[in-house]
Amino acid sequence: MSSTTVNKYELTFWEKLYVPEILKGMKLTLEQMFRKKETRQYPEEKWVPPASFRGAPVLVQEENGVERCVACGLCSRVCPALAIEVQAAETSDEKERFPALFEINMLRCIFCGFCEEVCPEEAIVMSQTYEMAFTKYEDAIFNKERLLTPVEQLRPRLEYLRAHR
Amino acid sequence: MDLTDILITLAKIVIVFGIVLFTVAELVYTERKISAWIQNRIGPNRVGWRGLLQPYADVIKLLLKEDIVPVAANRFIHTLAPIISIVVAMSTLAVVPFAGASFTLFDREITLVIADVNIGILYILALTSMGVYGLTLSGWSSNNKYSLLGGLRSSAQMISYELAMGLSVIGVVMVAGSLQLTKIVEHQSGWMWNMVLQPVGFITFVVASFAETNRAPFDLPEAEPELVGGYHTEYSSFKFALFFLAEYANMITASAVITTLYLGGWQVPYLELLNLPVWANVIAQLLAFVLKVAFMLFVFQWVRWTVPRFRYDQLMDLGWKVMLPIALANVVVTAAVLLLM
Repeated sequence: MSSTTVNKYELTFWEKLYVPEILKGMKLTLEQMFRKKETRQYPEEKWVPPASFRGAPVLVQEENGVERCVACGLCSRVCPALAIEVQAAETSDEKERFPALFEINMLRCIFCGFCEEVCPEEAIVMSQTYEMAFTKYEDAIFNKERLLTPVEQLRPRLEYLRAHR
Repeated sequence: MDLTDILITLAKIVIVFGIVLFTVAELVYTERKISAWIQNRIGPNRVGWRGLLQPYADVIKLLLKEDIVPVAANRFIHTLAPIISIVVAMSTLAVVPFAGASFTLFDREITLVIADVNIGILYILALTSMGVYGLTLSGWSSNNKYSLLGGLRSSAQMISYELAMGLSVIGVVMVAGSLQLTKIVEHQSGWMWNMVLQPVGFITFVVASFAETNRAPFDLPEAEPELVGGYHTEYSSFKFALFFLAEYANMITASAVITTLYLGGWQVPYLELLNLPVWANVIAQLLAFVLKVAFMLFVFQWVRWTVPRFRYDQLMDLGWKVMLPIALANVVVTAAVLLLM
């Protein structure tokens, strides 16, 4: 059996007396009492996540009000939690295809960001939303209308994605 | 002793009881606030103005809970234990003098002490020793191994530290020449507080009080990480509230006793030079007493959030190998100095 020796820290006489050391500790905690408080008063004072934050996935809505998504189904395919359902349909627009149905089950979503990574159109991105609480299962399934987010709101994330491609 | 005397005493009891209950509620608040400040947080600030009503919300919530008694528990003792704890915690204050000056009301002289008995300190020591029964019985009657361990720890701890506590009190008794708390306080006039006369006894007594009240760093009976909740694991609702109340009431009692024995009780140095009227004297002395007790309570909480919990062997080492010899030596030195003087 191999063994190691640990050098034990020898206490000095004053340290062995306990009381002076405890008084030192009490001085430290007393100083802490008057420091700046680190608390964030949450519901009133909200945290703004940085662009690198992966919040709830959303669909990008162009200025003309149409989603970017071409319903290729890659996000649905790559999703490890099987949270995304896409049903494609044809359109007379330039992009030819659009999602007739696009649902993300937020109870299944694990915020991995694979859908965003795989999307060829930058149509689905992770937003900065982190407040998601539901009282019903049905509320947790986001449909297309709920997912569509104007592109201006997603500007920081899109820039971040381009910078780190 | 006629009916009026009894009524006056009853009134005093009710007032003191009310003040203690109110203080316990606010102590829970200050405890949380102080812990928050020490950890750079804000602490409760939602219920009431700056969170001042938080303890009342907690109490209401606690009392609405189901009162559970484990099937295998000894029902009678399980119920008796919190009652013992609270009775002991509340009755110790009976002999503590709150102010020295007395005033006249309804042609009677009213002193600001509930019972000025001539064996005050003995009464306090006897009652605090009773407190160990509450914890030990609750631990045993719950029929839960963690509760039992907590109860056993508390009995071992309280018995060990009672020795040091009693011995440090002897120093005070020798200096004052009386067991009566009013006499002890009167003896500490001016700046001749026992804290100055008996510095070693003061430290041992304060440390022993921490152990007696089961406060950190001596809160082994309820060490959460290892014993779930210790002796009160199997308690809920009202009975748990009683234990909680007893813990904080014990803290108030301990602070009041420390103030009385070592910090000069109601003494305000040089107050007699001002020649104040009686009522002003009473108020000044009461205020001095309350401020000293408040300071001690702050120290209790301050230490709790500074010093981590002792290991069990360290606790016993400290109690028997350090505190007891120091307290004994203090008695011998005090006696020698008193003889030589």
